[in-house]
Amino acid sequence: MTSTLDTAVPQGGAPAAAGTLGPAELAAVRADFPLLARTLRGGRPLVYLDSGATSQKPEVVLDAEQDFYVQRNAAVHRGAHQLAEEATEAFEDARARVASFVGVSPGELVWTSNATAAINLVAYAMSNASLGRGGSESARFALRPGDEIVVTELEHHANLVPWQELAARTGATLRWIGVDDDGRLRLDDLATVVGERTRVLAFTHASNVTGAITPVRAFVDRARAVGALTVLDACQSVPHLPVDLHALGVDFAAFSGHKMLGPTGVGALYGRRELLEAMPPVTTGGSMVEVVTMERTTYAPPPQRFEAGTQMVSQAVGMGAAASYLAELGMDAVAAHEAHLTQLLLDAVASVPGVRVIGPTDARDRLANVSFVVDGVHAHDVGQVLDDAGVAVRVGHHCAQPLHRRFGVAATARASAAVYTTDEEIEVFREALAGVRTFFGLEDGSNA
Amino acid sequence: MSTSMEQLYQQVILDHAKHPHGRGLGEVAVAEARTAQSHQVNPTCGDEVTLQVDVDLSGVVRDVRWEGQGCSISQASVSVLHDLVVDQDLTTVDDLAGTFRALMQSKGAGLGDEVEDKLGDAAAFTGVGRYSARVKCALLGWVALNDALIKTGATRTKEDA
Repeated sequence: MTSTLDTAVPQGGAPAAAGTLGPAELAAVRADFPLLARTLRGGRPLVYLDSGATSQKPEVVLDAEQDFYVQRNAAVHRGAHQLAEEATEAFEDARARVASFVGVSPGELVWTSNATAAINLVAYAMSNASLGRGGSESARFALRPGDEIVVTELEHHANLVPWQELAARTGATLRWIGVDDDGRLRLDDLATVVGERTRVLAFTHASNVTGAITPVRAFVDRARAVGALTVLDACQSVPHLPVDLHALGVDFAAFSGHKMLGPTGVGALYGRRELLEAMPPVTTGGSMVEVVTMERTTYAPPPQRFEAGTQMVSQAVGMGAAASYLAELGMDAVAAHEAHLTQLLLDAVASVPGVRVIGPTDARDRLANVSFVVDGVHAHDVGQVLDDAGVAVRVGHHCAQPLHRRFGVAATARASAAVYTTDEEIEVFREALAGVRTFFGLEDGSNA
Repeated sequence: MSTSMEQLYQQVILDHAKHPHGRGLGEVAVAEARTAQSHQVNPTCGDEVTLQVDVDLSGVVRDVRWEGQGCSISQASVSVLHDLVVDQDLTTVDDLAGTFRALMQSKGAGLGDEVEDKLGDAAAFTGVGRYSARVKCALLGWVALNDALIKTGATRTKEDA
């Protein structure tokens, strides 16, 4: 595949070059993450290779949350007192930081409890529009039998199940783009699966299993050609690549705080301004209204229209601090460092006999999350042996059962890096992985 | 490899995982037995087991057959279960199931030799209790057995897994 990426993704496999993190910078980054210094059973140092599931948090994020509660805690967007003003400012400042981090306007960024909630928000807004809520403005979001929703076979369940449910509620048909043997999306399917009936094209920016980065432009172009809305799952890309959602041209995007060095309990939905303005609300109640009478209610403009109830203010503030922390490091430098780690991880897995990667073995257009199977050893057992060496990896189906079925495996192990991951940690992982087959009494377990 | 790993993956567990007993679903071999089947999944890791049980009219488990895929702990545990419960009456089976569950909840401490003796090879799973994420693996087959026994009508109560 030729590179058709829209973000400035460094070419994998290149040696650490200018713009990446040097040893001193990396040491300084690690010192920002208190948890990375802890030890595990038997006094072993932690080798955290599960950042694809959730990242660790730098002190500035922990401090931001603490500082909010110690100094500024008050209800936001109500109250005329000084604390309420300061709390509201902190909340909206965080929104501006996160919005700026992904290249959008603050008014286009809706806080959600997580990325799953963000995708569900879009799906349920379309559901409400299909019931006629939101009037003629919302008609563009309405689905009916004959309409099609297109997803891909490698989606996280969070970007699959909400669309299955939306199809079931509206009578629309769910279709999907396939995956090739390398774990990349089949671009040929865009022409055949996405067509005039397609109303929504929901796809991930980068697979949480195969690590493959989607050529977003090709998807957006096809969707625009047929008048379909695009929904991007950006959970795996935002923490690891420079992402400019306006430049990508997607209509909606979802990402979470906890995967990008921020707290749990907070995520974000980006929606193109004119779309958010036309979209009916989903969760209703306080904070999202204009005028309420006993008979009816008019709704606040976005983003507040989609933020009913008391918000997760301290978490939003923490997510804002995480965005600033990454922005200060520079996402080009982060991506360059991680591209180097991608190659090391692929090399590590390739060096051990009897281990097979599920996903591209070429570091190009791919993230530093490498899923693999060990012949003759179940992923859960692989994870246990790695854990014994202090190495934390994810095992299971990674919330992507159809993708695992596509590759004929029930479970994989996945090593995933982040900005704070070091070469030495990947070497510890490699050594532990080399001992897995030996431990279970299988041949060729020795390191070749 | 640490001692706790060696306690977790005892040779008897690895042997059962490699050469499981009772594997393969099939037709009922016993006349006038009540037969039922249960399919259980561990959604966190995708481990699966489908287990069939035959209970004869006198309340004795005459056979257990199963198919599954998953980690060595889950597969070995069903194999050991097969050896333990076949030809046992339901009271004994309930007692074994309860004892095994207690063993898993002992956080690796065990239940003492006297109690563990009646568990046979299942006593080798003591080390699993130290790893809370693996307890579900070891219990998967037992949950399937309990569910299948309820379906046969032979067992009336549903125990907590």
